[in-house]
Amino acid sequence: MIIKQLSVFMENKSGRLTEITRLIGEANINISAFSIADSSDYGILRMIVTEPDKAVAVLRDNGFSVSITEVICLIVPHTPGGLFRALKILSDNNVSIDYMYAFAMETEATVVIRTGAPQQAIDVLQRHEMQLVSASQIYRL
Amino acid sequence: MIWNEKYECMSRDELAHVQSKRLTEMIERIYFNVPFYRKRLQEIDFQPTDVVDVESLRQLPFTTKVDLRDNYPFGLFAVPQSQVVRLHASSGTTGKSTVVGYTHRDIQMWSEVVARSLTMAGIGREDIIQVAYGYGLFTGGLGLHYGAEKVGAAVVPISGGNTQKQLQLMVDFKSTVIACTPSYAAFLGEAIVKENIPRENIHLRAGIFGAEPWTEEMRAQVESLLGLQAFDIYGLSEVIGPGVSMECVCKNGMHIFEDHFIPEVINPDTCEVLPYGELGELVFTTVTKEAMPLIRYRTRDLTRLHVEKCDCGRTHVRMEKCLGRSDDMLIIRGVNVFPSQVESVLLEMRETTPHYQLIVNRENNLDTLEIQVEVDEQFFSDEMKDLENLKRKIQSNINSTLNLNARIKLVEPNTIERSMGKAQRVIDRRKK
Repeated sequence: MIIKQLSVFMENKSGRLTEITRLIGEANINISAFSIADSSDYGILRMIVTEPDKAVAVLRDNGFSVSITEVICLIVPHTPGGLFRALKILSDNNVSIDYMYAFAMETEATVVIRTGAPQQAIDVLQRHEMQLVSASQIYRL
Repeated sequence: MIWNEKYECMSRDELAHVQSKRLTEMIERIYFNVPFYRKRLQEIDFQPTDVVDVESLRQLPFTTKVDLRDNYPFGLFAVPQSQVVRLHASSGTTGKSTVVGYTHRDIQMWSEVVARSLTMAGIGREDIIQVAYGYGLFTGGLGLHYGAEKVGAAVVPISGGNTQKQLQLMVDFKSTVIACTPSYAAFLGEAIVKENIPRENIHLRAGIFGAEPWTEEMRAQVESLLGLQAFDIYGLSEVIGPGVSMECVCKNGMHIFEDHFIPEVINPDTCEVLPYGELGELVFTTVTKEAMPLIRYRTRDLTRLHVEKCDCGRTHVRMEKCLGRSDDMLIIRGVNVFPSQVESVLLEMRETTPHYQLIVNRENNLDTLEIQVEVDEQFFSDEMKDLENLKRKIQSNINSTLNLNARIKLVEPNTIERSMGKAQRVIDRRKK
């Protein structure tokens, strides 16, 4: 249930994101979700991709600083209160979230969550019958 | 091991005697052969027959880089051109290049001081030395080359750059010594890691690094990257080239070969000679050079001299690592800043690579300093707060060391231009 997320250090200058997506695309790797955290002169690009290890190798070979972070991908119904229920389970169980980002499709939304305690998060969410995306599902998305 | 025990270990009294004798002869030669110096000496009513010792040397005028440029190209030569066998020239980034000439005996003397230097690092007949200083007008390559041949080492005259070839020969030849700038050494070290060359295939045991100021932190880094012992060699083409002074195994500073070069340290503002141990500008008088002897040449390098006898047995004074060439010194908002100070701060943190650059600019009549630091994977964090903390930490360490506020900019790896020779650490965009 633990998903490997790719994080890339990126300077805030034109063409960097284009370059990264070009490299990923040319390696035939698909990006399932991403977010960018930015400051005034640099950003961190976080991505869920189909082949994380290959993506790391491609980016590293091209001189990028890359790291792999473990995250979980939670599926919540795309209805009012859907995200609230999931987050309440985590906060009731003292799992704090470092950051998260989401993408919604038709009837469901997927939320990528970074927490210091991914396994604990998985356990409590599953105990409450919340749906999580498995690694194999993500990498084939 | 000592190459020339007689001269390198002679008592200070004997040395003073040798210096006075050579100095007197040199001044006489220069008086009759170099119109520029004759005029300077006549202005102070100096008689060519006067005996000059280290004390009375202090009465003589200084020579500066400007004097060398004014006499471009051969105006300061003390021998007819037919006796000159070699010409080197500085890069001349700030104007006309500085030309230096050598007679056959000058080349021999230069080889001798470089041989002494290499012997200090334990280098001898069994060694294979890769000379990765630039060959050509720059004195680094050929200077090391002749000295290395003199000690009987096998010289690989590969010159600077061409990193792939450097690594290949280093492995195939089992080179034991590398001579290059410390920044290029760091670059080679990184390349070895990047190319996944197994550590046991690298046989380096000593590095002869010079031509740019570097720090103790940089030493530790290069030593661990390349698995060798790093030695500091100092020199400048005006005086001879590399081999003016060299660090021995005691790593107690660099021994200046005083039987050839008489050092003084002066207050750069008042020109007053300072006692041993005080920080000031290093000045050299070359007492044995034939083609282009210089009286009290101001190097613009800031250092201290120490005269206490070294544990290695040599009696020649030791100079500390230069704080920087006063040319490299930046004055930012009235604060003196040396790039080497920034390097120390960055490397002490052990989280950054030696790749950094200072960008100095002027905005609204106020000087600004931006320090660009490459974000290496070893400390890249997926979390913004960690990177912001790193920035703040660099900023506060810089502030406490330099007493100056700098803007820290984290940049992607390999975006700061790599140098095969002297690293360009500073970009000053202020209008001169």
